[in-house]
Amino acid sequence: MKNYEVTFIVDPVLSGDEIETTAQTYVSYLEKIGCHIVHIDKMGLRTLAYEINRRSSGVYFCIEFQSPNGEFMDDFELALRRDERLLRFLTIFLDKFGVKYNDDKRKGLIGKKKRTKEPVAAEAVAAPAAVEAPAVEAPVVETPVVEAPVVEAPVVEEIADPTPEPVEAVVSEEPVEAVVEEAAEAPAEEETEEKP
Amino acid sequence: MATSRDDIKFLSNPKIGQNRKKYCRFRKFGIKHIDYKDADFLLQFVNDQGKILPRRITGNSLKYQRKVATAVKRARHLALLPFVTDMLK
Repeated sequence: MKNYEVTFIVDPVLSGDEIETTAQTYVSYLEKIGCHIVHIDKMGLRTLAYEINRRSSGVYFCIEFQSPNGEFMDDFELALRRDERLLRFLTIFLDKFGVKYNDDKRKGLIGKKKRTKEPVAAEAVAAPAAVEAPAVEAPVVETPVVEAPVVEAPVVEEIADPTPEPVEAVVSEEPVEAVVEEAAEAPAEEETEEKP
Repeated sequence: MATSRDDIKFLSNPKIGQNRKKYCRFRKFGIKHIDYKDADFLLQFVNDQGKILPRRITGNSLKYQRKVATAVKRARHLALLPFVTDMLK
């Protein structure tokens, strides 16, 4: 099975019903020749970036379908070309990434491309945080050796809730310089990684 | 004394003027397919006149620059992007 996608622009001068039937003719045409319709995307009325046949807007339809072979394509495109109700059309072959992209888009995983980037960035931030956790524990072992139960208190706090601003909590009390430096350096790294 | 870089007070931001390394966003974020129907996304790869920006500026890898170019050309055919214009952005 091969995956295809055809996008066409219907003349907006037609009435709403006529526009629907135009799209429906091609859906039924594809079904008749043995294609499996995966999805019909009504992209709606849009302004064209340039005029086509003196029209400045058009109704976009996008049909994704599967076909056992590509033999129908010549007849199908000829029909599209002859249709005066259509301003423009484009048929493309979808590779596996295209199929997956359309699938994800339908599930709402891709609202915009930008949104796909955010989870990746979030993971990147989460990963160093996970790595840090043992690093923070290391000074805990050292602190009793150095001195004082006072030192332990802030460090324990830090472990209890590492989320909100561990840097300030430690710096304000300043137990031991060595501990402060280590703790201060670690979050500093985290901040730099968040930025990009 | 603790003289790490964070303690030094610079008169101007030292990060200004550093050339940030360009990268291919498609490789970095694992985007495998470029949708020609997403005109807003493709706007990032054309200049004010609607011309496709070179890899020199976008930093795309060759593989994805080709795909971007194809997607922009498809979008132009479907009148989602203009062939020629001024003040696109």
